[in-house]
Amino acid sequence: MTMPAETDTTSPKYLRDKYAIVGVGETAYMRGSGMTTRALGTWAVRNAIEDAGLKPSDVDGMLSYQSGDSTFSTFIAGDLGIRANFYMDVFGGGSSTEALVGMAMGLIEAGMCKVVVIFRAMNGFSQVRIGGTGARAVAPVSGDMLHSRAYGWQSAGQMFSPTFMRHMYDYGTRPEQVAAVKAIHSEHASNNPKAFYKERVSVAEVLASRIICKPLHLLDCCVETDNGTALVVASAERARDCRHPRTLIRGVVGRCSKPRLDMHYQHGPISTVAGKYAREILWPNAGVGPEDIDATGSYDAFTFTTMLQLEDYGFCKKGEGGAYVSDGTIRLGGRRPNNTSGGHLCEGYTHGLNMVIENVRQLRHDADDSCPVGPDGKRQHTYDYREGGCRQVKKCELTANMGWANPGTGSAMVMRRD
Amino acid sequence: MAIQAKYLDMPLDINDLDVENLAYFRHCAAHNFHLQRCTKCNLLRYPPTTACPWCMNPKSDWVPVEAKGAVHSYTEVHHAIQPAFKSHTPYLILVVDLDTQKGQPSEHEALRVVGNLALPDGTLAPPEMVRRVGIGTRLRMVFSDVTPGLALPQWTIDESATQPAKPWRYPQE
Repeated sequence: MTMPAETDTTSPKYLRDKYAIVGVGETAYMRGSGMTTRALGTWAVRNAIEDAGLKPSDVDGMLSYQSGDSTFSTFIAGDLGIRANFYMDVFGGGSSTEALVGMAMGLIEAGMCKVVVIFRAMNGFSQVRIGGTGARAVAPVSGDMLHSRAYGWQSAGQMFSPTFMRHMYDYGTRPEQVAAVKAIHSEHASNNPKAFYKERVSVAEVLASRIICKPLHLLDCCVETDNGTALVVASAERARDCRHPRTLIRGVVGRCSKPRLDMHYQHGPISTVAGKYAREILWPNAGVGPEDIDATGSYDAFTFTTMLQLEDYGFCKKGEGGAYVSDGTIRLGGRRPNNTSGGHLCEGYTHGLNMVIENVRQLRHDADDSCPVGPDGKRQHTYDYREGGCRQVKKCELTANMGWANPGTGSAMVMRRD
Repeated sequence: MAIQAKYLDMPLDINDLDVENLAYFRHCAAHNFHLQRCTKCNLLRYPPTTACPWCMNPKSDWVPVEAKGAVHSYTEVHHAIQPAFKSHTPYLILVVDLDTQKGQPSEHEALRVVGNLALPDGTLAPPEMVRRVGIGTRLRMVFSDVTPGLALPQWTIDESATQPAKPWRYPQE
């Protein structure tokens, strides 16, 4: 496929199309994994290397991210017999996936290593609960945290809600518009045999679920699960020898922030998120715009998160996110489906990595739904999106992933089918 | 001097290297709200920082600030995460625009001071008071006393102020 901006000789091409995601791997999305984060990470990385058609000895770089809740690259590399020329474990959550893909590209470009695995392993339900209950809720409140946790302002939902509320105030966004994100992602999950929550829920059911903290109902919040997930990044040249059609990286922006990250609410408008800044890097780097994208992976820790990012990355006008996520555009069969796996709201919570895995599979035209597998070993997609059916996006050529740490920080990536 | 104390059964601490937070909460303990003012550009800042976010100057003076303002946004917590707050639901977390320095140094900036809705004595507000507050409600600062050298700034309805006819609240009540 020819990209619109290839004819534009005035803008720099950065590393456009020079790198690829060559392998993806995951464990089941579970509650009660019965294994360590080390075991989860090992399985996910092993599956990703096998998916790429590579051997452990082909991999010489490893990156991971965590929040003091997971194992380290040294253990995973050791368990799989990988000798690294570079490894690093960084602190952080949902804005890490695309950011680390960008770092992997830079590492390979700098000649520091050749093939990089990125993993996230977490027992987000059975060990360190990602919703903030358990051990984290009773930790002492120290120093700078006195300005937040001492007020019962600690969990992700509590921390982000002033942004969500102000969006409703500024733009008249309605609860039922935002609830459509959960309803639509649940439709997608019903066509994903791996999803932790496969049952479809309606907008009315979201609105009838109990309030956690306004404006969030229980069903506006994502699922907590245990899982390992992994990606393999290599040069576009190296990708030619790998197992699947190439998924080329068009452009990346990583850990892009609003001002005053010490407390981002100091710098408004607080109903605007980091995507406003990130889009100025993402789209020029990728040489395409939002109108060119076939499927999105907008982070859905909360229904509002999906809406805010789609809006601030420019998929609709500012303030019209509520209409955009509820008018059918983001549904399978719509103009630009979002989180076709069911995302964090339904498939499982991985701090963003499973949404990149999903879009890689979409670009391979090989979404792992229930469609029959043909003689060539590939699924024969029906494009019948009824419950239990297909979830492959028709003619999926170009995707955008948008990761989120909080309203003040995000990362994003555009990928294309070769 | 380092501070260790309990508030609503939560252990709170500030270590003795953290001079900015020690100074901030010491003024709160005296029920006299102070913020850092940059010695170069004269802008106030919140929460405490180690340099000026606008001009990078590390030097500042602690100056008294009138602690009145209006709710910029909020959340009303029904499912508490921390055990200390479970018996206080629903409680409000307020992001309040101080009148002082609002819209400076740029249009969308303000000193947005966080706190819970509280009674004038600093205890968390009862549900009937929670229901009266939304975006636009005029508030004044009060304090929850914790220990010598540490009180938490909180917000209560400013009964002497002209209130909006109907503060904006989450529409699904």
